[in-house]
Amino acid sequence: MTATAPAPPRRVEPDAAPPVVEDSGISRWVPAAAVVVLWVVVWAFTRGTDTLDLPSLSRTDLHDRLTEIQNGLLEGRSTNPVMQFTNAIADAFRGTVDWLQRLLSKPAFPRPVPEIGWLGVTALATYVGLVVASWRIAVLVLASFLSFGVLGYWDQSMDTLIIVLISVLLAVVIGMPLAVWIGTNARANAVVTVFLDLMQTMPTFVYLLPIVLFFGIGTSAAVVATLIYALPPIIRIAGFGIREVPATTIEATDSAGQTYWQRLLKVQLPMARKTIIVGLNQTTLAALSMATLASFVDGPGLGKPVLQGLRVNDVGTAFVPGALIVVMAVMLDRTTTAASERSERVARGGGHRNPRLRRVVVAGGAVVALVAVYLSRTYVSLAEFPTYSIGRTISSGVSDVVDAIKDTFGGVTGGLKDGVTEGLLNPVQSVLADSPWYVSFVAIAALALVFGGVRALVITVVCLLGVLWLDLWNDAMVTLNMTLVATVLVMALALVFGVWMARDRRVDLGIRPLLDAGQTIPPFVYLIPVLALFGPGRFTAIVAGIVYAAPAAIKLVADGVKGVSPTTIEAGRSTGQTTWQEITKVQLPMAKGSLVLATNQGLLYVLSMTVIGGLVGAGALGFDVVYGFSRSEAWGKGAAAGLTIVLIGVMLDRITRAASDVRRDDGPGTRRAFSLRLPIGPPGN
Amino acid sequence: MRTTRSRGARLGVLATAAVMVLSACGGGSIDEQTQANEEQAAEGGGECGDLNMAVNPWVGYEASAYVVGTVAQEQLGCTVNYKELKEDVSWQGFGTGEVDVVIEDWGHPDLEKKFFAEEGDGSAEDFGPQGNVGIIGWFVPPWLAEEHPDILDWENLNQYASEFETSESGGKGQFLGADPSYVQFDEAIVSNLDLDFQVVFSGSEAASIEAFRKAEENKEWVIGYWYEPQYFNAEVAMQRVSLPPYEEGCQDDPQDVACDYPETELKKIVGTEWAASDSTAVDLVRNFTWTNEDQNVVAGYIAADGMSPEDAAAKWIEENQDKVDAWLG
Amino acid sequence: MTAALSVDSLWKIFGPRSDKIIGTPDAELSRADLKAKTGNVVGVKDVSFEVAPGEVFVVMGLSGSGKSTLVRLLTRLIEPTAGSVTLGGVDITNASEADLREVRRQKVSMVFQHFGLLPHRQVIDNVAYGLEVRGIAKKERRAKAGEIVDLVGLSGYEKSYPDQLSGGMQQRVGLARALAGDPEMLLFDEPFSALDPLIRRDMQNEVIRLHRELGKTMVFITHDLAEALKLGDRIMILRDGAIVQIGTPDEVVARPADDYVKDFVSEVPKAHVLTLKWVMREPRDGEAMDGPTLPVTTVVRQAARAAIASDAPIRVVDGDTLVGVVDEEDIMRVVVAEEEG
Repeated sequence: MTATAPAPPRRVEPDAAPPVVEDSGISRWVPAAAVVVLWVVVWAFTRGTDTLDLPSLSRTDLHDRLTEIQNGLLEGRSTNPVMQFTNAIADAFRGTVDWLQRLLSKPAFPRPVPEIGWLGVTALATYVGLVVASWRIAVLVLASFLSFGVLGYWDQSMDTLIIVLISVLLAVVIGMPLAVWIGTNARANAVVTVFLDLMQTMPTFVYLLPIVLFFGIGTSAAVVATLIYALPPIIRIAGFGIREVPATTIEATDSAGQTYWQRLLKVQLPMARKTIIVGLNQTTLAALSMATLASFVDGPGLGKPVLQGLRVNDVGTAFVPGALIVVMAVMLDRTTTAASERSERVARGGGHRNPRLRRVVVAGGAVVALVAVYLSRTYVSLAEFPTYSIGRTISSGVSDVVDAIKDTFGGVTGGLKDGVTEGLLNPVQSVLADSPWYVSFVAIAALALVFGGVRALVITVVCLLGVLWLDLWNDAMVTLNMTLVATVLVMALALVFGVWMARDRRVDLGIRPLLDAGQTIPPFVYLIPVLALFGPGRFTAIVAGIVYAAPAAIKLVADGVKGVSPTTIEAGRSTGQTTWQEITKVQLPMAKGSLVLATNQGLLYVLSMTVIGGLVGAGALGFDVVYGFSRSEAWGKGAAAGLTIVLIGVMLDRITRAASDVRRDDGPGTRRAFSLRLPIGPPGN
Repeated sequence: MRTTRSRGARLGVLATAAVMVLSACGGGSIDEQTQANEEQAAEGGGECGDLNMAVNPWVGYEASAYVVGTVAQEQLGCTVNYKELKEDVSWQGFGTGEVDVVIEDWGHPDLEKKFFAEEGDGSAEDFGPQGNVGIIGWFVPPWLAEEHPDILDWENLNQYASEFETSESGGKGQFLGADPSYVQFDEAIVSNLDLDFQVVFSGSEAASIEAFRKAEENKEWVIGYWYEPQYFNAEVAMQRVSLPPYEEGCQDDPQDVACDYPETELKKIVGTEWAASDSTAVDLVRNFTWTNEDQNVVAGYIAADGMSPEDAAAKWIEENQDKVDAWLG
Repeated sequence: MTAALSVDSLWKIFGPRSDKIIGTPDAELSRADLKAKTGNVVGVKDVSFEVAPGEVFVVMGLSGSGKSTLVRLLTRLIEPTAGSVTLGGVDITNASEADLREVRRQKVSMVFQHFGLLPHRQVIDNVAYGLEVRGIAKKERRAKAGEIVDLVGLSGYEKSYPDQLSGGMQQRVGLARALAGDPEMLLFDEPFSALDPLIRRDMQNEVIRLHRELGKTMVFITHDLAEALKLGDRIMILRDGAIVQIGTPDEVVARPADDYVKDFVSEVPKAHVLTLKWVMREPRDGEAMDGPTLPVTTVVRQAARAAIASDAPIRVVDGDTLVGVVDEEDIMRVVVAEEEG
């Protein structure tokens, strides 16, 4: 008997019937196809009626009522106690950021420069890298900091670092207790996870406005927005790590008579340490990826020049600061990872081959760093980074390359755009959005039932009722269509490149860094050239969504296919199968869990780009959010659109999850990935 | 341990020496400048204090904001904080003191209702026109105006509607709408004038510019919402299509609009509290006024020539010191 | 002498509203029927027994018999549904959190099937963990732990990490950890079933040695009958959570309580287990009564040589009293039955 936890032992009773054989994946497609065929038939007779179409700039009473809520808050902002409280918090944030900025990035009056100049900051950062990690990391840090200055964005880089560090610190302070809570209490986990799901599907634009309302403009809003976005990963992942500590170990140490705190501090946290570090890394990367969006509310940092690039429509201007965000992400990721590995090595007594040399280096490094700080406080040229032209050269180089691409492929792109739009986007959209709403409603619910069973059906119906109530049904269908089409294309890419990467190590080595960079670089950077190539419209939005979502999906498929046991492949080969048979009959079916997960992630990533799509002429919900963010009388419509996006996200997430049979045939890796919902892949794993 | 310390010290000395050499070739002393700043502050030269200048997201606005900001900083000694914000958020900032000046306002009746003294909380006030005249309308690229001159009259639009069709416009002609933050009635105009067009929103200024530029290069059919002053007009001289002329009141009900956009006098909006302060920048902002041509020059420096807004403003100020002097009174 | 451990009418039912079942007719249902009817699963069903100080008490059963649940109920790692457990004079079932912690710290330790070691700590600190949670200073607890590490034969591995040790060595660490607190009683939850047979035998001998040297009371859970017979002073056999039989090894082998146990013990080499008590008989009339004497507790196998060497039947004595005789034929019956089986 192996029931070690207080759960009912699960055993096959001696005379119980054999377990019911699950429907295989294939058979689901038959009823699904039937639903679609029926839908199309009904659509053919009813199209264009009851579509609940709402003109782009029109609003309904519900939207106006939502707007009134915001107006009410705005009017009472000098007396509302909650807002007094949040304003006090905002002041604290502003004060802290301002203090750090005077230290690192802006003139500390009456000084003409910050308290510590670039040389001092660079030396200190390098020294920290040396002490907590290794000389390799120190070199990486040094190179990164120098690149901030040499490329001409020293101040903005420091600002971004400040915002990221404060937000991550707060995320840890707030997130770790929650992580412990969900890690040790199954009910708390269920409740908190729902909120985390909402936080991660809610488009940032939607909460930027309330943040401004409660926390003001600028650094305070930037810190809060970044914090909200960066919080879920650490809660989720650290909580998962704590939950994953083996029950035997907990029991064994409990039976020694430990208290709650002894269990937490001596057993659960230390054993979850590696996972917690992963969570910390993910939180840091999430914080970085908010750098551009926070600039919409005057958040300081590298996001500003990126937005400037968008404003003057120049990809070169946006590229350099965007690339620096990638540099910063790589630097932070590698440093925390290396520091964690090193501390473990040291704890295991395998620290340094030559402890005396180490002491010399540590002491000498400290002296050098302090001298550098002193000098940077004394000489202007060591305080203000000298100006180099290389940043501009790169900018104009990138612009030229993009121009050349535009000129070369200008003709082809039009055909591609029209092909996909006419062949895929328009027909599907027509069925989704031009059917009467009740037809689409029933059809989507039926598909949810086919793929996800009763649970998925219930959630889908609830979500669709919510969409209906928010008065944006037609826009929701158009957005859903774009999301589905983009995800189909993402999965096509993921299958091709994922399998290729899994089968050829060199390809993997070559492509992976590109994917990592693609996941970290702010979408606004590539939005500009995509816009130039394809012009405003849904297709451009889809391309941006694909660029954003494909790296994660490709990596998931590659890792899944790679994870197929070599024994199985060998066994297959011994039967004389062809390469094609090997891929289609062994590798892909066995990586099914990863494929479903990739689809799930693809859907959510693409959906999260909806608002960006609104900026490039894709219309629908993305446009509504941008419209609501831009014009106060439409705020309610924007908020409703944001909520609609969340509902669609929850619906798609639950259907794919339910469809995946996660409990049954996937390895622990997939289950893990599902419960973590990594927001962005760490650059390089 | 002794070796440690001495070696560490040696390293330190080495580094010190290296940096000394480095600094010798390029640097003034920070202390001197600090002293100078302190003296200046003691003299009371800094009566201006902080100036919080909102920067709304289009290049023309940026040009105005940085020219005023640069003058305030260089000639009045203000500390200028540029805040990159959309209009709505900027107006919210007047009440909290986070924003002092919106230098180019295209007319926001709803915001005026909320923040002007007459109906709202009185945190903002109108500081008069800033000289630019905003012209909003329907525009086509020059090649189209040249080859089909009759297209510049709205009554002929329907006969070309099919030419404007795209994969986005659902079988009708495509009309390219603008960034959603702008004042626009195109959906109503299209329907009230019975035009066979569908409004497709570009979503941002950048997207519109890219579409127009491409259309002119490749002789594609495009018609859309556009405006002046706008630096892009210097690159591609967009041609205006005449709609039924604007009359007082014809745009009062957004659903019934069937006329052209009026010419708009662009205004300066400022925070009431700031306007009542004794900052020397208040008069500068009050006096600031310039022309569409002026703005287009600066906006062109920024967008077409890729200069930073600061450099572009400084260059224009240098070339137009007489105008600047007039603002300073 | 009071019992080291006394268990009275102990129940554990898993599932919703499980406390409502005991005392109703449902409680008498078979496990499968109860599951079908209420969705609840019986883990431990009305179990009572006592363990004397210094005794090795083995709980034996197949997978799902409830033995692992039972051992967890003894220190309330799992909350019992009903009944009482008294351990070292403390009423465990009604103890407060703090009292319970005190019992776990001072009176009883447990060794687990999957070791449950802390991978981030060295052997010495794993062993010292129980002392650490009691708040004993580092130096003192390391010294104590060092002694125990030597005792279990891990000298030289103090600074190793668990993942650097073999399975058998890891379980020695588990054993040392349990011993470090100098508890009155040790609980073993199938400690050796994850080890390979040779190492298992070593570890069993180790337990026997430690028991001889330290004299601790032990409750030992196993599914391996040979292990139970080898280690146990008494054996309790569980099936579906309920007691089937309690008895000494030879009692269990010689007089299985029912077919279930009989089936169980059928493979056991009886000559190795049964004592003369189970094979002796009344002397027949006219039998020679001058054969050698052997105590009644002698195992059959050991008596075989003497029986063969002697013409006269062996006289079986309990102290000074003659309790019966056994001859070559009686013994051969046990041994041959075995071989034919």
